[in-house]
Amino acid sequence: MRRVVVTGLGLVTPLADGVEESWKRILDGQSGAGTITGFDPEGLATTYACEVPLGDGSDGTFNADKYMDPKERRKVDTFIVFGMAAAQQAIEDSGWMPEDNESLERTGILIGSGIGGLNSIANASLILEEKGPRRISPFFVPGALINLISGQVSIKYGFKGPNHSVVTACSTGAHAIGDASRLIQHGDADVMVAGGAEAAICRLGIAGFNACKALSTERAEEPTKASRPWDKDRDGFVMGEGAGIVILEEYEHAKARGAKIYGEVLGYGLSGDAHHITAPPPDHEGAERAMKAACRDAGIEPSQIDYVNAHGTSTMADTIELGAVERLVGPEAAAKLTMSSTKSATGHLLGAAGAIEAIFSILAIRDQVAPPTINLDNVDAETTVDLCANSKREKEINIALSNSFGFGGTNASVVFGKVS
Amino acid sequence: MSDVADRVRKIVVEHLGVEEDKVVEGASFIDDLGADSLDTVELVMAFEEEFGIEIPDDAAETIQSFGDAVKFISEAA
Repeated sequence: MRRVVVTGLGLVTPLADGVEESWKRILDGQSGAGTITGFDPEGLATTYACEVPLGDGSDGTFNADKYMDPKERRKVDTFIVFGMAAAQQAIEDSGWMPEDNESLERTGILIGSGIGGLNSIANASLILEEKGPRRISPFFVPGALINLISGQVSIKYGFKGPNHSVVTACSTGAHAIGDASRLIQHGDADVMVAGGAEAAICRLGIAGFNACKALSTERAEEPTKASRPWDKDRDGFVMGEGAGIVILEEYEHAKARGAKIYGEVLGYGLSGDAHHITAPPPDHEGAERAMKAACRDAGIEPSQIDYVNAHGTSTMADTIELGAVERLVGPEAAAKLTMSSTKSATGHLLGAAGAIEAIFSILAIRDQVAPPTINLDNVDAETTVDLCANSKREKEINIALSNSFGFGGTNASVVFGKVS
Repeated sequence: MSDVADRVRKIVVEHLGVEEDKVVEGASFIDDLGADSLDTVELVMAFEEEFGIEIPDDAAETIQSFGDAVKFISEAA
């Protein structure tokens, strides 16, 4: 079996632009939440979110000019800009910028998004209504389509391998990384640029998730306290935006070129709930099956997991996931397990969540530290699992599992490990 | 005429991200200014918007250069 390792990372998060700066702020227990600044949230039930900090690039701010020139940016939705930025970071980090045709044909892309160009669709719909069909830009469709990050990356870098995408709501990022690993294992490519991007913080996005009763609405006065997975006073998720991209590479290929190796994709598991469009079943047995499948694929016992980066969105489902994890590893291992939700800091990046959390899981292995769950003051469950309440946990982490669950009852788990 | 040319030039510079002095009479949008076919569709839309005119598709196909655009718009407006 061909082994798959991670050789490059790229992040655009509500904490900061860039991998190291985002990670440092996560470990410090900072929150990316605030009152919405990108548009006037007047009239919406939720007026706060975790927006990517825009600026000139200093102090961790996101300067889009570093990644796409304004002329190209004008033609695409923001989720594509975030995706292109994280992809550029990851590709540069990996040092994989081949020019020969064979290498280019062996390099593919699998980047997804949960929703895609929602704000572009909302705006185009207004133009259609107010000005008529002749005013719809020819760049509207290619600027809003979910697979167009993959397309744009392919064009920019000349990668001619699999040009693919995935859409599974909030599981997108995890599925993208898992599926891309399978493509490498199966021999379709030697290197894959994989991950997810999202930019759905717009009036329509907030209104839509408010209608599903999914978002936190009670903390307009202190948005940084709103995302609080497993806490008794949680009242819904806080929407985030950004992108996470990894470079996945066949192990021998990475070794042969002397690439820096962050860790290995040990296993990947998928399942469906067959239950409800937005809610997990009370025991979330589907989550347990996805985790089990990922462990089986990795060739490990669930009790060997050192760290779980939870889906943990700050909704009622948090404790259901915790129960599934406890059943998975058993009581003895549960007492030694560390689990945290970085969504407490980043908010929920929907289709990018699984990708940024895969990166946090890999960094947890690299730095031997589990990031904290901030705002966890009163745990809403009896558990022996260490939920990293409000402070990071330094410990030996050889194996980390990242969970992502999405609307439609779709579950994905990815297991990462140290390269031995 | 010069007013129309200035306004057209401004749109071309903005949409195609080219230097103003490149936008000369005979400059072809595609061959000289780096536009693709979707860019030219968007340019025509921008001209329609700026000058409050309608440019039918068959006429739009004849607008290949900066000079073509200025000439068409001057006659139509």
